[in-house]
Amino acid sequence: MAQYTFETKKDTRSGFGAGMEYLSLNSPKVVALCADLIGSLKLEAFIKNSPERFFQTGIAEANMIGIAAGLAVGGYIPFATTFANFGTGRVYDQIRQSVAYSGKNVKIACSHAGLTLGEDGATHQILEDIGLMKMLPGMVVINPCDYNQTKAATIAVADYEGPVYLRFGRPVVPVFTPENQTFEIGKAIHLMEGADVSIFATGHLVWESILAAEILKENGIHADVINIHTIKPLDTDSVLKSVVKTGCVVSAEEHQYNGGLGDSIAQFLAVTKPTPMEFVGVNDSFGESGKPAELMEKYGLNAASIVEKAMKAISRK
Amino acid sequence: MQTQELEKIASQVRRDILRMVHGCQSGHPGGSLGCTDLLVELFFNAMILKTDSSGNVVFQMDGEGEDVFYLSNGHISPLIYSVLARRGYFAVSELASFRKINTRLQGHPTPHEHLEGIRIASGSLGQGLSVAIGTAQAKKLSKDNSLVYCLMGDGEQNEGQVWEAAMYAPHHQVDNLITFIDVNGQQIDGPTDKVMNNRDLGEKYKAFGWEVLHMAGNDAADVQQTIASAKKLSGQGAPIMVLMQTEMGAGVDFMMGSHKWHGVAPNDQQLADALAQLTETLGDY
Ligand SMILES: Cc1ncc(C[n+]2csc(CCOP(=O)(O)OP(=O)(O)O)c2C)c(N)n1
Repeated sequence: MAQYTFETKKDTRSGFGAGMEYLSLNSPKVVALCADLIGSLKLEAFIKNSPERFFQTGIAEANMIGIAAGLAVGGYIPFATTFANFGTGRVYDQIRQSVAYSGKNVKIACSHAGLTLGEDGATHQILEDIGLMKMLPGMVVINPCDYNQTKAATIAVADYEGPVYLRFGRPVVPVFTPENQTFEIGKAIHLMEGADVSIFATGHLVWESILAAEILKENGIHADVINIHTIKPLDTDSVLKSVVKTGCVVSAEEHQYNGGLGDSIAQFLAVTKPTPMEFVGVNDSFGESGKPAELMEKYGLNAASIVEKAMKAISRK
Repeated sequence: MQTQELEKIASQVRRDILRMVHGCQSGHPGGSLGCTDLLVELFFNAMILKTDSSGNVVFQMDGEGEDVFYLSNGHISPLIYSVLARRGYFAVSELASFRKINTRLQGHPTPHEHLEGIRIASGSLGQGLSVAIGTAQAKKLSKDNSLVYCLMGDGEQNEGQVWEAAMYAPHHQVDNLITFIDVNGQQIDGPTDKVMNNRDLGEKYKAFGWEVLHMAGNDAADVQQTIASAKKLSGQGAPIMVLMQTEMGAGVDFMMGSHKWHGVAPNDQQLADALAQLTETLGDY
């Protein structure tokens, strides 16, 4: 019997919308901004409940980041929202100067991260955003794995004082984490116990890692599966504890190798416990149009790839 | 405060600017000198600032219940530092540390080193107006009737983000915001009409939905009157833009009339020549 099951599939962005709905009712200092993508960000309920706390910026993302910083000075907790590409890469210098260097309590909350927005293609698919954001001193970077976790993360980041990048996506994926969980920023979640290989995954790849671990189990290989929802600050204690036990690592993420979760883990292990490691991610290329599942298959971001990389990592022990 | 008093302060601030830039042999004296009369009027007369029971200014990051000023053209940092110190936000002696290692007075202003009076980093041009609008909207949400002021450069108008903000503020009726543009006609590579012609900024802002005023930015009396008029226009549905004609390098004859002194430090002789034109009114730091 599989250890994790699900009844429904939902999009993580709807988890964000549900989190914002909760905040509209429970956190009077939370305000939301959006650059002409209300429906895509699932902000309808927030706007209905608290129209005076919503700011439409039009298609002007740079200005949106600045306005958010100014609202934060005035004591509010702004969530600046758009697609991940337009909310990070397009406005990098605005985030760098007006938010990160200025130490402002702004939440940059972005949907359509990674390949899985599908047909719109590479102009809309950002695979560099984790790297861009984690390089900024003081920036927290979070990529939750399903609807429930995204809702919990949204509520948790509102309570945290400081700049945060919250990344989520468009496709419907299994909802397998508990409803109404509490979300601890920077605390990895141990999902499956095993001593043969550590699989560290984030975002949509967490479910794929569970599937991979089940395939491995059928072959007598026991994977330690850990959900790293917070890429920065990295839960290095959990990483080390697992690696000491398994002696080899696979990282899995919907992002470039460069700058991603795997790169953070590799940097940490290089100085604390050099360990054979394999990466599941996109290797220095842009995405393209296609159905989400087709893209994940073509770019090797699924359970089958994780299994393959796990076998390779084990062989290098 | 009477304009004669303000002119005395301005003379000292101009001395501070020149001595700071000379002290580290770097920084931007031209725009700083040109905008001195505006900042002195704002901080010593026009703005309502939070003070303690003895009348000393007290810095609070959220600016609740007081007027807030944002410097978008952060390269004129010597000016804001001198004005903040002379107003009492931090010790005047700290001005000597400008741009030196371990200083809170970084090349461009930042709250990163917890300098009293600075709420946002600026230096990368084009961002300050957006931040000012955000704080103005925060004041509206909090039912706080105080005002937000912002200063930008005319070269800075080349940045696209400025026009995103220009479109946003009237749309959202941000009428508790008074913005100034330092129209000195100069930027780094030359006169603004040669580098990138802004054409008629007044007509542009009017077309975007702003109330537009004109001001002689190096005439203390006109600065005072125009700001008083701008305040009267606040709260009427539209943001207010004051186009301020200034001379880059104002107050020092050989620094005026070109873009040459945008970002150059005077040598010892030039400093002496410049200081000879400005009375020491409050004591050099
Ligand atoms: C985004 C950005 N690009 C370029 C610069 C470099 N730079 C600093 S000041 C300046 C000219 C600014 O002109 P203006 O706003 O007219 O200021 P003034 O020269 O009158 O002081 C430039 C290009 C910068 N600081 N930020």
